[in-house]
Amino acid sequence: MELFLHQIFSGLATGAIYAAVALAVVMIFLAIDHFNFAQGEMAMFSTFICWALIDAGLPYWLAFALTIAISFAGGIAIERILFRPLHSAPVLSHIIAFLGLFFILNNGAGWVWDFTIKPMASPFPEGSIGGLIGYHEIGMIGVVLVMLALLYLFFRFTSVGLAMRAAAQNPESAKLCGISVGWMIALGWGMASAIGAVGGILIAPVVFLEPNMMLGILLYGFAAAIVGGITNPAGAVAGGFMVGVLENLVGTYIPFVGSELKLTVALVLIISVLMVKPSGLFGRTTVTRV
Amino acid sequence: MAAETQVTAQSVNPERRIAGLTADGWRCTATAIAILVAVVLPWTLGSFQTFQITLVLIYAIAILGLNILTGFNGQFSLGHSAFFAIGAYTTAILVERYGVSTYLTIPVAGGLGFAAGFLFGFPALRLSGLYLALATFALSVATPQLLKYNHFEDFTGGVQGINLLKDSAPFDLPFSVDQWWYYVTLAITLFTFWMARNLINSRTGRAIMAIRDNPIAAATMGVNTALYKTLTFGVSALLTAVAGALSAIVVEYVAPDSFTFVLSVYFLIGLVIGGVGWIPGAVIGGAFVLYVPNLAEGISTGLAGVLFGVIILLVIYLMPSGAAGLVRLGITHLRRRLDRDNNKA
Amino acid sequence: MNRRLALAVLTIAGLSLPAAAMAGTYDTGATDTEIKIGNTNPYSGPASAYGQIGKTISAYFDTVNAAGGINGRKINFVSLDDGYSPPKTKEQFRKLVESDQVLFVFQSLGTPTNSAVHAYMNREKVPQLFVATGATKWGDPDNFPWTMGWQPNYQTEGRIYANYIKQNLPNAKIAILYQNDDYGKDYVQGMKDGLGSMAGKMIVAEESYETTEPTIASQIIKLKASGADVLFNVTTPKFAAQAIRKVAELEWKPTHFLNNVSNSVGSVMNPAGAENGIGIISSFYTKDPTDPQWQTDAGYKAWSDWMDKHHPDGDKKSSFTVYGYTVAQTLVQALKQCGDELTRANVMKQAASLKDLELGMLLPGIKINTGPKDFFPIEQMQLGKFNGTSWELFGPVINGEVGS
Repeated sequence: MELFLHQIFSGLATGAIYAAVALAVVMIFLAIDHFNFAQGEMAMFSTFICWALIDAGLPYWLAFALTIAISFAGGIAIERILFRPLHSAPVLSHIIAFLGLFFILNNGAGWVWDFTIKPMASPFPEGSIGGLIGYHEIGMIGVVLVMLALLYLFFRFTSVGLAMRAAAQNPESAKLCGISVGWMIALGWGMASAIGAVGGILIAPVVFLEPNMMLGILLYGFAAAIVGGITNPAGAVAGGFMVGVLENLVGTYIPFVGSELKLTVALVLIISVLMVKPSGLFGRTTVTRV
Repeated sequence: MAAETQVTAQSVNPERRIAGLTADGWRCTATAIAILVAVVLPWTLGSFQTFQITLVLIYAIAILGLNILTGFNGQFSLGHSAFFAIGAYTTAILVERYGVSTYLTIPVAGGLGFAAGFLFGFPALRLSGLYLALATFALSVATPQLLKYNHFEDFTGGVQGINLLKDSAPFDLPFSVDQWWYYVTLAITLFTFWMARNLINSRTGRAIMAIRDNPIAAATMGVNTALYKTLTFGVSALLTAVAGALSAIVVEYVAPDSFTFVLSVYFLIGLVIGGVGWIPGAVIGGAFVLYVPNLAEGISTGLAGVLFGVIILLVIYLMPSGAAGLVRLGITHLRRRLDRDNNKA
Repeated sequence: MNRRLALAVLTIAGLSLPAAAMAGTYDTGATDTEIKIGNTNPYSGPASAYGQIGKTISAYFDTVNAAGGINGRKINFVSLDDGYSPPKTKEQFRKLVESDQVLFVFQSLGTPTNSAVHAYMNREKVPQLFVATGATKWGDPDNFPWTMGWQPNYQTEGRIYANYIKQNLPNAKIAILYQNDDYGKDYVQGMKDGLGSMAGKMIVAEESYETTEPTIASQIIKLKASGADVLFNVTTPKFAAQAIRKVAELEWKPTHFLNNVSNSVGSVMNPAGAENGIGIISSFYTKDPTDPQWQTDAGYKAWSDWMDKHHPDGDKKSSFTVYGYTVAQTLVQALKQCGDELTRANVMKQAASLKDLELGMLLPGIKINTGPKDFFPIEQMQLGKFNGTSWELFGPVINGEVGS
């Protein structure tokens, strides 16, 4: 029983990691109808910026705020400079551009900050509740939920949020309503980048900061977003926790899977959810117009 | 989606002659020259360079496989490293564990690749566009883990991988081992490219492309989309598995670390660089993924990855349709010039 | 003199002299003025942390060259990226041997990568010298006379811990956490061999992880639940730090054995939280540059000065820079012994004739010894216990047993 409880809580803790990434994945999908394969690397790069700022002597929260601002601006810049010119290029070109960005950020971070692991400060106190779940993990879950709430408010009640949804769902009509679709997309990039930065900064104290930090996490983030519904931020967060817990339970209680095939579990999850319910467990089915 | 980058050589009037040759005539000439160069090349190169161009051809076959799926059928895959691994491991296991002749393992690898691709094609049916890219991405990330799996270790050699030795040229042919395997690979490459061309130009090929361009219309016209899509997946995986088998032989070693998702990424990059939906582009793509990382490394070891990324982005910007677009542009340019000359005369 | 001019003069001199008048005997890759050495390292891709080693070696050879080279010959070190991908390694090795025409390849990194070229190098009779991996198969002079390892092999280290457990904790219940690759499995094998018939009874749980996994918390929880009182931690730095912290968080107090790969104070113990690591046992053959006890040591100071002056980009907290520095020194010694006979056979012969070589960053008492039948240069280690700031070495210098 103790083992079971521990695995559940540890799953929730890792689930928070996946949820944070999944949120960024959903955000960019809402803006551009794409998965960003460089999302993880962008978050990693932001985290390095935060680390460098703290290392340079800035107080934690100032570095945190600055990093979010830089990431937001950086996301917009990437959209304007790199992806704007590819606006009408085929999807495949976008994927390749994401991969190019991936190589640049990953190798660039290694070049600037090298590949040794760096401990990242946590804003939360050390220690844990009865060894079940650390304060940092609890804090992380809290931050993810707050981000989710803010996103909900943003999309539901602000005119910009509304305009952004319109721009993503029906760019033609949105344009006719006077919405600058291009800038809405850029805004989406900025927000996804900022959310990713928050995620990265919170993940790094758990997994340690290094350029390849997000490689495995991104796949789980995708899995979480898919399971929860790619267009639904709340679903993605729930998906993150589900993947985290499920992965631990499967790894613990199904003998032939064990720890050896934990990653494969994420693969099976992605494919089976996509097969059975492509819109995710909490997603709405979208109907494509012919 | 991919339709915009498709090269439609057919748009040229077949009867129209340029410098005395029809479009088909030009294509035949270009192909003949390319084959001639490919045959002569190893005699002008050292054994290492021969080994390298063999690898280029192997990549080209794999990229061709991906091209049939993505370029002509519109299904994305970031998971072709898995099929490559199936081919490589089939050959390695058959040769090393069961003493099967190396040559025989290549069709077996292709067959298994076809089966695996065909089966993966079924879940793929329900996934479109980016979702399929994601599912296949997951497949390629999980591949090394599956290859290491404890219970298969007796077969796969687990993390240690399998060493094998390539046969030297039979019948005392005057080829070095590298030259011999280059020619075997070249023969297989030519055969697969010829088959691919015939497939695309056939009735089946038109059905495959119709599904890409407008699945609903294709279905209305009586095309069995499900069957064609799974079959295309199978054929695509077959080619990639054959490439994998050749790579196991030529590199003489297989290990889980040889088949990471980076390999899938390279295939995809090669595909886009060569030109989506243009068959000869696969060779250019193969050369790109083999030589450009070396080139980037030659400029700066520490920044090789950054440079590689920048080069990829530049290519996407400067020639969005890959080498195919460049060739098409060259042809148009040439034709215009010739026309002008003709008018003058 | 202008360097290009010097080179031209030397070339002309080389051309005009008849071969018999030259000072030495050479194979491809060596001349009167140069020794060409090849290398592969993962400068890109997921294993790029190890790229530090190649960069350090390169910097060290630059220093050697600036001081006049080895027996008057400059080292031309060609280090290529293989991204830790075996097929790429094969390509790069063939480039080095056939196109760049190196005398030998030195310190190529990784087990799967070196496995891909193991047969090739022995077929071509080109030395694959001091490979950067601790697998046991590199010390097999009968079957692979052209390949030699350098560091203590993983199995030996596993046995050292096994012997310690047998002597001091005879009733131990052992849990093992290992990375699911050749490196992890070699350690587990060493531990099992060392425990012998007791292995089945003493080892109560084994868990593996993949390097792509975000965290290993779940594995640690499972291991704790097995009721084990000894943890054998076979992980790379990032996961070692995670494991140490998680064990502390779970308030699990096993006797914790940590593999040498991850016992750096600066890049593992401190990030993991120094107080969490108190009592952990590990084994050593080099001095940890981040360990305060060496700050006044002459060998450490020499390394530290060299780092500041000649390799300022290198990470002084990383064990990789120490590793690269020490292995480069080992090679320099072997090449010095070659004298003017720079043939591939002689390079192997001299590499296999290192006698009681002591180097600045090796622990006191640890000597490099090789012989025609002994292709394991470093076979000694010493155990140490972490006290919160540094490793307290204890017990004698232990000799390894595998293959010697």
